Amino acid sequence: MAEEKTNRFLPYLREDRLPHIFCPGCGNGAVMNAFLAAMEKAEMDFDNMTLVSGIGCSSRIPGYLKCDSLHTTHGRALSFATGLKIANKDLDVVVFSGDGDAASIGGNHLIHAARRNLNITMICINNNIYGMTGGQVSPTSPKGIVATTAPYGNYDTPFKLAELVAGAGASYSARWTTVEMENLVLSIKTALKNPGFSFVEVVTLCPTYFGRKNKLKTPTAMAAVMKANTVYKSAADRMSEKELKDKVVVGEFANKQRDELSEVLDKFSIDTYGKKTLINSAYETDF
Amino acid sequence: MRKEIRICGFGGQGIILAGIILGKAASLFDENEAVQTQSYGPEARGGASKCEVVIDNKLIEYPKVLSPDILVAMSNEALLKYIGDLKDNGTLIVDPGTTDINEVRDFIDEHNIDVYEAPATMTAINDIGLKIVANIVMVGAITKITKVISKEAAMKAIEASVPKGTEEKNIKAFEAGYALAE
Amino acid sequence: MSEELFIQGNEACAKGAIAAGCRFFAGYPITPSTEIAETLARELPKVGGSFVQMEDEIASMGAIIGASWGGTKSMTATSGPGLSLMQENIGYAFITETPLVIADVQRGSPSTAQPTMGAQGDMMQARWGSHGDYEPIALAPASVEEFFYFTIKAFNLAEQYRVPVFLMADETMGHMREKMVIDEDKIDIVPRKRPELTDDYLPFKHVEDGTTPMPAFGDGFKVHITGLTHDERGYPDTNNPETHSKLVTRLCNKILNNRNEISSVFTQFCDDADTVVISYGSPIRAVIEAVLKVRKEGRKVGYIKVDTPWPFPNEQVLELTEGAKNVIVVEMNLGQMYYEVDRLLKQQNNVHLLGKIGGMLPTPDEIISKIKEVEDK
Repeated sequence: MAEEKTNRFLPYLREDRLPHIFCPGCGNGAVMNAFLAAMEKAEMDFDNMTLVSGIGCSSRIPGYLKCDSLHTTHGRALSFATGLKIANKDLDVVVFSGDGDAASIGGNHLIHAARRNLNITMICINNNIYGMTGGQVSPTSPKGIVATTAPYGNYDTPFKLAELVAGAGASYSARWTTVEMENLVLSIKTALKNPGFSFVEVVTLCPTYFGRKNKLKTPTAMAAVMKANTVYKSAADRMSEKELKDKVVVGEFANKQRDELSEVLDKFSIDTYGKKTLINSAYETDF
Repeated sequence: MRKEIRICGFGGQGIILAGIILGKAASLFDENEAVQTQSYGPEARGGASKCEVVIDNKLIEYPKVLSPDILVAMSNEALLKYIGDLKDNGTLIVDPGTTDINEVRDFIDEHNIDVYEAPATMTAINDIGLKIVANIVMVGAITKITKVISKEAAMKAIEASVPKGTEEKNIKAFEAGYALAE
Repeated sequence: MSEELFIQGNEACAKGAIAAGCRFFAGYPITPSTEIAETLARELPKVGGSFVQMEDEIASMGAIIGASWGGTKSMTATSGPGLSLMQENIGYAFITETPLVIADVQRGSPSTAQPTMGAQGDMMQARWGSHGDYEPIALAPASVEEFFYFTIKAFNLAEQYRVPVFLMADETMGHMREKMVIDEDKIDIVPRKRPELTDDYLPFKHVEDGTTPMPAFGDGFKVHITGLTHDERGYPDTNNPETHSKLVTRLCNKILNNRNEISSVFTQFCDDADTVVISYGSPIRAVIEAVLKVRKEGRKVGYIKVDTPWPFPNEQVLELTEGAKNVIVVEMNLGQMYYEVDRLLKQQNNVHLLGKIGGMLPTPDEIISKIKEVEDK
């Protein structure tokens, strides 16, 4: 179980909220671990972190971490995070989301957040399925898989999220998996440090609703298949479409800084008001 | 003394600004009350534009024009559309360059309408060299003809409403319009 | 110090927001509300605030909730179609007790109907638009000056009760220009109450007046805010009937128990009235003109201008109509507040509706005809 007393990340958890709701073999715990390790490596002030999420299994993560956390409506986390970060740009804002949340109901917010390039880090835990509602097909479900709403096989072509977000203008976008933790930790660290919209897609396992339906009976079987199917971007660039079928391409898809929104807004304020935008002004009466 | 004024024409002629200037002049610089309302089509330019102003020496409750005392038409389409609402013995001001009052002659005669022709567009082109100030020329003519606002208030309202740096040209346009009606 | 201006209702709303301390606006362009966004896009940076145009109204609503928890008074402005899109997150703002202001400049409806024409078809959308039980506050300005002061009042009520507050204007109100006076002595700002950082602080505590002070993210409270049913700590507790019932009852009661504090009316001539005309927003101006006229003809007619459609001023309206035979509700829809009035007064008065749609303000003559029709029947 994740709440082992020896876990060095325990001080970051809301212990009064444990045990968590995640299934055995779920990748969410691994992503929490990777996030906390990356946060330490990046030397972030944990007390200054604010976490925002939408709806879905992965969106429960902020509730287990001892930070200010905003568990919002389905798909809309990025819009809440946008307001929060602009209202107080000194906060470190991290969004946790799943594939259904980020790419389906929240797809429009995702591409616009990338375009706006506000300094937010988004960790999208992609298990290729709707887990919380019981195993429905998602916009990242591979073609042909079986889900409760795709009983004859998924006929849609999945989104490639990291590429999509890079194309929409994010200054950092990468994809890793939960079977390769070191790269994931380093990537989240880079994302946290990047002053702009940063997107880390983490491909992971849902043994309960993806594995059981698709002849991957155990979490270890799923992990083995994922490991075997992982291809680095540099290698993938030299592979044919046919060779890349069913492969998970990992690596960085964007890493190029450009103007960041909260700094632009500060500049407008400095130019016309003489100071940066106000923080915590709701508690004031003198304007 | 409730006076209802309707100014109408094409979108892009500055019809709304003309109405705002009347309202500002009456309420901020003369000691009267004024309400300005407008209607516009979805087209930003070229569509029909209509602006209405109510001026009174007491608080205005009902803000809309029901039956104008004064109709100012800067397009023939607008003239034909709105002439029928004008009150008996009302005042009609038209720009003869953009309207043809012969088309509404019967109404004018039947309802004893006072008609004034103010060639605002031609004056704007010839005297100021700027077609776009035709609306301000028309404000000059309205001020002189109807006296719903004072000349001083009109000039202050123009200065407070037009883009910075264009005040002089606009005041000149106003004076030219004021002179048209002399 | 006071300042005289001749401006649009929408501009007055934006100025009111700045005066109230609003420093964040997120919105999406929609006629006839857009001038509020345009004015704030220009003016907010000049006072240390931020404006952001979002990708849609759903995101706008999310952004202002986020900004409010970031410690900044925030608002959005929209019209009917946009308000429909905002409803899910409006429900979120109610259950998380997030103060914010939503200006709705109403247009002909349903659907996209009449973008440039006035209406009051969103009154029930403000009341019941999101799913579930909640009690909104809604103010209806009837002059440009009122749009300014009601915007300030909306922010104050939002902070005082930790709720979203609606400003229910309409196209006429939004686009009309008239003189308004900004009198600094009349501006009173309610700041957000900052809680003390103690170990036993509970962000959703069941306090007596129903509203507990709210920290900003980053203050060190480490609060968890969720749209799920939550306990006093803010932690989800979705399967416990008692937690849910206690939470939602408190959310409703903090408004209902203060109905008389929050709601207000303006009234004339109701003392001796045989007929009382009730209206709100811009149609009240036609009502006042009509009532003044018929009183000159000797008819005993009074009017009630409802400044706060929600919560409806039950007590004031019951009392003011006590001696009247007839009550006429004038509104720009086919009957919305009418049903609220009828529910309240049907034991006491004959309640009639003058509902006008199509985009034009009811005229004084139409109201006079209705008064005569009702009285001379």
